[in-house]
Amino acid sequence: MADRSGPISARPHWAGLLAAALLLALGLGSLGAVLVWAGGFGALSNADFAALRFTLIQALLSALLSCVLAVPLARALARRHFVMRGLWVTLLGAPFILPVIVAVMGLLVIFGRAGVVNMLSGFWNGPQISIYGLSGVVLAHVFFNLPLVTRMLLHGWLAIPAEQFRLADSLAFTPRDRFRLIEWPMLRGLMPGAFALVFLICTTSFAVALILGGGPKATTVELAIYQAFRFEFDLGHAAILAVLQIALGLAAALWAYGARAPRDVAQGLDRTRILLAPAGLPARLLDGVILGAASLFIIGPMVAIVLNGVAGLGDLTSSLWPAILRSMAVAMAAMLITLALAVALSAAITARPKLAWLFEGIIYMMLAVSPLVIGTGLFLLIFPVIDPVSVALPITALINAALALPFVVQVILPAYRQSEARFGRLADQLGLSGVDRLRWVILPRLSRPLGFGAGLAAALSIGDLGVVALFADPSQPTLPLYTYQLMGAYRTDAAAGAALVLLGLTLATFWLFDKGGRTYADT
Amino acid sequence: MATAVVAQDKPVLNVYTYDSFVAEWGPGPAVEAAFEATCDCDLQFTGAGDGAALLSRLQLEGARSKADAVLGLDTNLTARATATGLFAEHGVTADLSLPIAWTDPVFLPFDYGYLAFVHNAELAKVPTSFAELAASDLKIVIQDPRSSTPGLGLAYWVYALYGTQAADIWADLADNVLTVTKGWSEAYGLFLDGEADMVLSYTTSPSYHIIAEQDASKAAALFEQGQYMQVEVAGILANSQEQALAQAFLSFMLSDAFQEIIPTTNWMFPAVTPAAGLPEGFATPIAAEKSLLLSADEALQSRDPALAAWLTGLGQ
Repeated sequence: MADRSGPISARPHWAGLLAAALLLALGLGSLGAVLVWAGGFGALSNADFAALRFTLIQALLSALLSCVLAVPLARALARRHFVMRGLWVTLLGAPFILPVIVAVMGLLVIFGRAGVVNMLSGFWNGPQISIYGLSGVVLAHVFFNLPLVTRMLLHGWLAIPAEQFRLADSLAFTPRDRFRLIEWPMLRGLMPGAFALVFLICTTSFAVALILGGGPKATTVELAIYQAFRFEFDLGHAAILAVLQIALGLAAALWAYGARAPRDVAQGLDRTRILLAPAGLPARLLDGVILGAASLFIIGPMVAIVLNGVAGLGDLTSSLWPAILRSMAVAMAAMLITLALAVALSAAITARPKLAWLFEGIIYMMLAVSPLVIGTGLFLLIFPVIDPVSVALPITALINAALALPFVVQVILPAYRQSEARFGRLADQLGLSGVDRLRWVILPRLSRPLGFGAGLAAALSIGDLGVVALFADPSQPTLPLYTYQLMGAYRTDAAAGAALVLLGLTLATFWLFDKGGRTYADT
Repeated sequence: MATAVVAQDKPVLNVYTYDSFVAEWGPGPAVEAAFEATCDCDLQFTGAGDGAALLSRLQLEGARSKADAVLGLDTNLTARATATGLFAEHGVTADLSLPIAWTDPVFLPFDYGYLAFVHNAELAKVPTSFAELAASDLKIVIQDPRSSTPGLGLAYWVYALYGTQAADIWADLADNVLTVTKGWSEAYGLFLDGEADMVLSYTTSPSYHIIAEQDASKAAALFEQGQYMQVEVAGILANSQEQALAQAFLSFMLSDAFQEIIPTTNWMFPAVTPAAGLPEGFATPIAAEKSLLLSADEALQSRDPALAAWLTGLGQ
């Protein structure tokens, strides 16, 4: 072991640097290609600033509500055991990974003009609610992101070593002390990242604003980019809007980085924790009410999707099976790429804490880069070399992987840090570095977040409606594209059936990987 | 091995079109089989989003595009397409069944349709004008003119009828507009789910429900001042190495073999009515004096004011 290099922080992490370079090339390279084609930036108009304002307002509201509501929900989930809890937690992943249009249709069954809530309210002569407008956009975004934040916080709660709660009990902590001294520091560590994540997702989401927005007042920056590409074919204008969006995203990411409280790495006994739930009727009732309300909000629309879809299953055509295969192939490739990038970047961030802001900034930036710009830029770069349609699926997998990365890093990085902090010195003494260190020390402790991350990446990819129409081959559709094609051809029933298949496939994939990781961790 | 060699010897005709044309249930597969039966060639469709995405794609690819012909632009896009200089004159003469005169030397129509608000047949008071619609408390779903072809058609429709007053009409309509969607699919889905009383679609939409689903519960509202048209066209790329074959394809496009496929796959009116006529249960074309359409040049010039009226009226 004479050749062993010094402390880990001094060791170069080429894999991490390469991963960051790849992301930069994907995000900024594509923007550069668009810019070169356009011959320079266009100018911003008043309408663009109006779009920026709306984008900011809806994204801030959506992120705030998602984060605030996730706290009681995650806490109730963390400390209560009930029948089908595992299934419940899996279903939590669903809204986020569903294609927007499918999820919105489910949401409308509950909250729409002809939806359950308004019907019941009308029956009792109550007021009618409207899902269209700013409130609808925020409601849909909360529906998508509340479960995501809840899952992230749930992981945070589960990562608190059981010893801390036992100690709290033996010291007769009041619930308030428990929250202030044990749970609040965990939340302080996770919340800014979660907030920034949701904020970023909502800044680039435009499909929701364009179904529920209610009119041109609900124009987002991403829609303005879309318009610049398609309506004006003004690539310079699209480029300057894309820069605006990236600036917004970077600002959010850096804020999150600064606001995040440094987390003490918990020193437990490397065991799965057992969280002691407060007994007593009031606390149990409260948790019950919270879980019940969340079930109605989150599971209700999904039940609607299932009920709508069952009748349409018989109308599906033979293209369904190849579509499933293509989607699964892309998803598996995207999942592997995401995990490789996430582990490489987590290693680099852990080893180089001083450069963490840079790495994390680049990762978050992927959320702020307009998918349209990435697609068009890559198309411009690839078209002179090779027929873009022939590389449609690999490119889709790569882009899906990059877009899933911020979520997966969010899951893997804390666990990676924890493993390094607790076993790094031991590994150093044993002279374990590079691949050996990963294999024997780090990865075995990461099986839970790796499984979750793999499920998330694969599911996100399955649900993705080909970020890039330029690379899609409509005669060889993936499952979401197939669903959308059915919808666009009056075949609404069949589309509902395909949406149900999509829901089942994404959930099953997510569940399998997540379960795999958990099973491995428990052995 | 022998068949592979033969296949390579056949000339390949690359045609770019919009996605739904090449879908399993769209016209593409039948058209490909019918044309290949006569041309001794390999017809390859490439789907590229919708009409507007199609033109953007061609502009991005420029002179290096492998496309020989393009099928699926409409008259809202042809002026911009011609201005790119990427297209050659088609040189095909045809006897079209369109309710309007057709003189464009570059683009040739293959089908057309009329925009209309589609509603449930049981709707009590069906409006017959934008003014009546605005005065009613009916809820409508429309598409964004910046992202959707029918949405842009609606902005032109209002602008063609009301000119400088268009913004006022939009302001009157604002409380009727339930929401604005990105594309036709979302809007039509909202309507079918019972969210709105009417949806911007085509006069031929009820035909789909009648013919494919034996469901006569949908109807299209006809306005006294007329319906705005959408004419879908094809053209030949100037840089194509297969000019003669591309021309043969455009001629074939107007023959019965192609046109018979259109009504029940694309749910539009064929540009040349086939000898056998339209299928039973299909909508009927609208009288010429009620067929509204801005010419390609007018469309280009009216685009900004028509959009401005939409934006102002709906209150950006």
